[in-house]
Amino acid sequence: MTITQTKPGAGVEFRALRRTFGSTVALDGLDLTVAPGELLALLGPSGCGKTTALRMVAGFDHPDSGQVLVDGVDIVGVPANKRDAGMVFQSYSLFPNLSARDNVAFGPRIRKVDAATRRARADELLAMVGLPTQGDRFPHQLSGGQQQRVALARALALQPRVLLLDEPLSALDAQVRLTLREEISRLQKNLGITTIFVTHDQEEALSMADRVAVLRDGRLEQCATPIELYHHPATAFVAEFVGTMNRIPGRLTGSGRVEVAGQQMPVIGDVPTQTAVDVLIRPEDVRVSADVDGPARVVTVSFLGPTTRLFVELPDGIGIKADLATRQASGLGPGAAVRVELAEHPVMVSASR
Amino acid sequence: MPTVATTVSPPVPDTAPAVSGRAGARPRRSSATLAALPLLVFVTVFFGLPMVAVGIGAVTVTDRATDTTTLTAANLSRSVQGAYLDALTSSIKLSLITAALGVVLGTLLAQAVVASRLPGLRNLVVTASGVLANFGGVPLAFAFIATLGISGVMTELLHLTEAGWSLYTPAGLAVVYLYFLIPLMVLVIAPALDGLRPQWREAAANCGATGWQFWRLIGLPVLGPSLLGGFVLLFGTAFAAYATAAAMVGSVLPLVTLQIADALSGNVLIGQEGVASALALDMVIVAGLVMAIYLPLQRRSARWLR
Repeated sequence: MTITQTKPGAGVEFRALRRTFGSTVALDGLDLTVAPGELLALLGPSGCGKTTALRMVAGFDHPDSGQVLVDGVDIVGVPANKRDAGMVFQSYSLFPNLSARDNVAFGPRIRKVDAATRRARADELLAMVGLPTQGDRFPHQLSGGQQQRVALARALALQPRVLLLDEPLSALDAQVRLTLREEISRLQKNLGITTIFVTHDQEEALSMADRVAVLRDGRLEQCATPIELYHHPATAFVAEFVGTMNRIPGRLTGSGRVEVAGQQMPVIGDVPTQTAVDVLIRPEDVRVSADVDGPARVVTVSFLGPTTRLFVELPDGIGIKADLATRQASGLGPGAAVRVELAEHPVMVSASR
Repeated sequence: MPTVATTVSPPVPDTAPAVSGRAGARPRRSSATLAALPLLVFVTVFFGLPMVAVGIGAVTVTDRATDTTTLTAANLSRSVQGAYLDALTSSIKLSLITAALGVVLGTLLAQAVVASRLPGLRNLVVTASGVLANFGGVPLAFAFIATLGISGVMTELLHLTEAGWSLYTPAGLAVVYLYFLIPLMVLVIAPALDGLRPQWREAAANCGATGWQFWRLIGLPVLGPSLLGGFVLLFGTAFAAYATAAAMVGSVLPLVTLQIADALSGNVLIGQEGVASALALDMVIVAGLVMAIYLPLQRRSARWLR
């Protein structure tokens, strides 16, 4: 099937964006650039401002100060119905009185595209999202996944230069979420539309996005590729928010090193002023081996397919998570005596909690 | 402008089961009938039996001298002639106009309250509407007479008589009817307006629609069944209103409910009970006709719900 996207993706830039709701600061001077054709995920906990930022691109919200630039043009004063951005909402938001086909054809209808052309375009888009035979159905006759596919087709019907996805998968069950995740990525890549994707699901963000922007309290913590974000987090917040992280008490020993679990490790990133710190270590950087004289004990074992997660208690009562290849973990059951070692990577430290 | 023509293979169709309106276990016929029994008894006693009595009264005449009852079409024939026909027509006109105005004004008021997003205001308006929708009859008539009657406070204060105002006209009666019809519409339509999700308006704007286009293509069609239902309810309420009109205008204005009362009480002529029954039957037929128009419209406006 040939889908024609006549407009290239646009560059989007948030410049010193600030928005408050009463005493709550939703966006606190957000600066962020999205390249043309890029899929950027806005990731962060609830209330971090990611949806507010997205809604400002759509025109549903307006900044107290700052600019939203699309291809270098400030669009803050442009009404929502005049913006060149398609949006998919969290709760589908299909028009209940229109069939799937008429929902998709709604935008072209508003733009006075003739009936035959808009019907053909709607059918083409419905086929593209895997619903070639569902055009006559009304929203309540479709499953959640099907409704969200129709919403995606509707958002693409006007060939927008920017596609905005506001947690589009969060209301779907796990299997449908996985399938749609792949399909959205594939469509975005094929059509080349600049896409901003809001999610609180880190797995979704890391698997789909070209870059991930992590927001916290209305500010940008870090914007980087998923790999960079995971392996080189800029802050302790990013390190803990993205992926799973152990927080193990340690002690700074000077000259950029920290003592943790009986090992000396080099420190990267910001270093707190106090000596007692928490060391941040990923489960895959914890090595566990069976040892009858080992000082640590396995508490629980969780099978995760190719890997197995162990929860191990150290002699001083501190619990840490360790991810092992399932083959390596086969002999380690709850209660097993083990020896724990940390990979000799530079580690991040954070103020002790 | 460059063109990006991309070959996109269709994804695997979503095999998740579509939600069906008929899904779910259907209760067994016997238990369903049993559950509906109280309703059936209620309808039979309070609607069916009076209907039968009205029907019999409308097509029979009793000779008091011989105490014999015979079938006749005279009552029905008289009920659609002369003053009775005028009354029927006036009642239908008044009910249609007040119902239409009530739907429009009640919807606008309810929308203003819902859109204000002030819970306090909403509670106040809904509570007041609940009271005012039931504030009909003689107390309401006297309230209006004291306020907007010939010597009413507002009439004298604003010199309304000189401006041509009279409460004892169809227009005056319409104002009084609207006093309880608008709150009734607010009660009916407010939940439906709550059901209009803000995201639909945003989605429409995102597709390029203006506010008016949203209301024309999405908002009003979605509200269609509720608006139609509200209209029928308001029409029925206005059509059947008696006490307010009786207290205000007596027999000055021809209204079918007032004519029925006159015929039953022998106010003008004695022995008119059969005509009263025929007029009541006419009202039932009018209500039936309204329903006959309403149901297909409702079905059409709500086809997307099935």
